[in-house]
Amino acid sequence: MARSNSRGSQEVNAGSMADIAFLLLIFFLVTTTIASDKGILNILPPKQDPNVPPPDIKKNERNIFNVLINANNDLLVEGDYRRSAEGLDQDFKDFILNFGAPDEEATALYNSLPASLQAQAQRKADSSDDPGEAVISIKTNRGTNYDVFLEVFDLAKKAYFDIYAERVGLTTDEYRRLTGDSEATKALQDKGKEGIPMAISIAEPDKIGGN
Amino acid sequence: MGKFKKKVKTGESIPTSALPDIIFMLLFFFMVTTVLREQDILVDQKIPQATQLQKLQKKTLISYIYIGKPKNTGLYGSEPRVQANDVLISSPEIVQWVNQERDKLPEADRGLITISMKVDKEVKMGPISDVQTELRNADARRVLYASTGKVN
Repeated sequence: MARSNSRGSQEVNAGSMADIAFLLLIFFLVTTTIASDKGILNILPPKQDPNVPPPDIKKNERNIFNVLINANNDLLVEGDYRRSAEGLDQDFKDFILNFGAPDEEATALYNSLPASLQAQAQRKADSSDDPGEAVISIKTNRGTNYDVFLEVFDLAKKAYFDIYAERVGLTTDEYRRLTGDSEATKALQDKGKEGIPMAISIAEPDKIGGN
Repeated sequence: MGKFKKKVKTGESIPTSALPDIIFMLLFFFMVTTVLREQDILVDQKIPQATQLQKLQKKTLISYIYIGKPKNTGLYGSEPRVQANDVLISSPEIVQWVNQERDKLPEADRGLITISMKVDKEVKMGPISDVQTELRNADARRVLYASTGKVN
């Protein structure tokens, strides 16, 4: 068996096969683009009926974390001026996990968190009551650059994903990659989110610096 | 001990018979992972970077909308425009376009239509907000801000 090839080769000459395949390969390399459908998912609020006045939601000012971005791409974070968005994700996290005045439900939530997240609760009186109440509000001008807005939105998402991931003991990347296809990943995903809704509100931009 | 037969020395050339197979494998990889672009993009597209990217499971649910400065400024002006399918459209036409896209989906998935907004970096929030208002009017509220990964 092992020496059956000693009979001498009678194969068809396939030397140019590689060249032909190369040509095809290069053709496909040049003519195609890899479709990128990655992005940051956002759910817009439902359409507002002009005949119905917007619901008057009474929310304590301390439960809303305001980020304003003006037409010069400067930031106003909770009333303080900032030049860039750097470090904003930590501020978001501190705000969400503040547990300033938790009710019974929130106390139960607090007790269910791992110790590393519990340690981040600063219990400041002028920050959010509990994660269920906390809302991050991003407001822009019409003249604000899209990439600056996206950077802030990205950081807000990061803060939430960091918390979710830490809660289930994964890295943020691993948590974000969970698809929810199978029971196990879905359960993990839900466990991260439970009681901490991702509340990022994007306010209608006002008419400064735009058209 | 047994007798060992000396191996017959064969030619010293490297066997290249597997080379076409390897190349074909590469070829198939590229054929499978790439999609032929069906439409010309008429607006500038420098997609911003972000870190918290998510990937949607069902690609069929995604419809693309492109926003940016027209490439042909002589014809379309230099203000950011919205492109859907092959043409530049104005904001009020977006509702109609969304309904068309939604009709292409199977009935069970119609509520899950996702609009991937491919927005150029240079665009201001004004036009984006107008588009989002129209998307809300069309009740297509799942929006994906297309962005590329940032290398830290």
